[in-house]
Amino acid sequence: MKTLLRNLTLAGWLSFIGIALVLLVAIFAPLLAANDPMETDPLRRLSREEGFPLGCDQLGQCVYSRLIYGARLSLIIGFSARLSSLLIGLAIGLAAGYAGGWLDWFLMRIVDMFLAFPSLLLAIAVSMVMGSGIKTVIFALAIVGWAEMARIIRSAALELRSAEYVLAARTLGASHLRIVLTHILPNCLPLITVIFTMGMATAVLSEASLSFLGLGVDPSLPTWGGMVASAKDYMLRRPELVVYPGLCIAFLVIVFNIFGDELRDILDPSRKGNW
Amino acid sequence: MLEFTLRRLAATIPVLLGILLIAFIVLYLIPGDPAQTVAGPRADAETLARIAEEMGLNQPLHQRFFSYLKRTFSGDLGSSAVSGKPVLESVVEKLPFTLKLAAIAMSFSIILGILAGIISAITQGRWLDRVCTFFSVAGISIPVFLSGLVFLYVFAVRLKWFPSSGFAAENSLMPFILPAFTLGIRSAAFLARIVRSSMIEVLNQDFIRTARAKGLSPMRILFRHGLVNALIPVITVIGLDLSSYLNGSVIVETIFDLPGIGRFAMDAILQRDYPVIQGIVLLGALVFILVNLLVDLLYAWINPKIRDEMLGKLAR
Repeated sequence: MKTLLRNLTLAGWLSFIGIALVLLVAIFAPLLAANDPMETDPLRRLSREEGFPLGCDQLGQCVYSRLIYGARLSLIIGFSARLSSLLIGLAIGLAAGYAGGWLDWFLMRIVDMFLAFPSLLLAIAVSMVMGSGIKTVIFALAIVGWAEMARIIRSAALELRSAEYVLAARTLGASHLRIVLTHILPNCLPLITVIFTMGMATAVLSEASLSFLGLGVDPSLPTWGGMVASAKDYMLRRPELVVYPGLCIAFLVIVFNIFGDELRDILDPSRKGNW
Repeated sequence: MLEFTLRRLAATIPVLLGILLIAFIVLYLIPGDPAQTVAGPRADAETLARIAEEMGLNQPLHQRFFSYLKRTFSGDLGSSAVSGKPVLESVVEKLPFTLKLAAIAMSFSIILGILAGIISAITQGRWLDRVCTFFSVAGISIPVFLSGLVFLYVFAVRLKWFPSSGFAAENSLMPFILPAFTLGIRSAAFLARIVRSSMIEVLNQDFIRTARAKGLSPMRILFRHGLVNALIPVITVIGLDLSSYLNGSVIVETIFDLPGIGRFAMDAILQRDYPVIQGIVLLGALVFILVNLLVDLLYAWINPKIRDEMLGKLAR
């Protein structure tokens, strides 16, 4: 942690502040919002009324308040999706990398299958089978994201398996489960932090794309992707309504990408410059 | 090389079968009775039973999977639940639009990406490198639908440089420029990253120092010695791009109203036309596997060192 803070560059600090900022906005959304983000009023349709900092959308909802609450959904869905991917990826990756042999071969072929599907279309197919909702979106994104994680964790576990301290623990009679949990897993933590952060960018972007296509959560909920989708039909009159939520998505994704890059350079220098 | 080819093929076949299995399961899990869909909402119980028998719906699951495999391998991807048209036929009809879009997008991406990557690598650490790096992070982070809508608004609606709708003309290039640019930016950004890091790596190698010591001109070193070697990873990126273009085309073709595969998929999604979606997803996965297979074989053929490395991984 100390080395982390010492080695952070200016871009790293800025991106960290950016993430913290969005997180604070999400936590204190009720205090920051000017109005109820779900309150519609046909009379306020696309107007620029007083008390509505960025005006109103096509349903008369306060655009500013929806942007504020949108941070919540983006972060909650992105984080949960990433966490689910991580748990699946961790279980499969550690098992494959540590066990090796036919189990490794078998599990990696399953990973290959999931990597082969076009990710957005797979997420769409999953959400269509399950019906819309927050849980569905999280599940769909987890299904799409776990394979990449499993592959990276597997190659790390494969390397660690032949480390001397693993051999030592084995000779001392430690069980396989104990070795994986106390020796292999802790040594994968830096790598896990890196792929988790970088994956947040992808998850936020995928959630936005699903919402944009109308396949994410309930469209009445304030999501940035959904806001772009509904604003695009009124783009000729109020083009800025497309730009605000769009820039929010871009901002969150950029800061996660830069911060993930930065973490990788510090925690996992061997992969510096790679993706 | 023969051993590598065979082993690589052997690793592909189970994945191929697995993908078909997943596609089959998804189709099986989809809500609704397929016989009902075919027969229409007002069919009586007798007709339903007959159609279910004809479609093989009463057979045990593993038999249904085998007949599904047989059908798929003979090129039958099922038919649309809405229009009844075979999926493959529609795909072949719409493919030229998406291929054209992907080809132009790829040209954009290769030119922009390699150029930015080289500039970044030779000005490493200086402000020009920083600018290029920032643009590549931005290019990866900005959602395709945002850049697409902004381009549409600025260049088609406001400046009127490009048409904003009416894309039936297959021969004209203009309608494809904006959507292709939108798609291409993202992969250009990826490419710039890869070219930059592999170029920096190559430029630090001994043979570059030797070339410099021989007194060759910097331009010659850059292009004859550096770039040729730095471009090998680009093959992988281009392979991956093909898959991301299918994802991106769903959004871009919807925004720019292009009648390609992506638009076809989106229409099927809106109409809940499950067989079409399943067919397109399956096709996407098959293309991805084949492209990856080709990329790996090409890699192994270009660079025997990489081949041995990959062979070691496959044999393990």
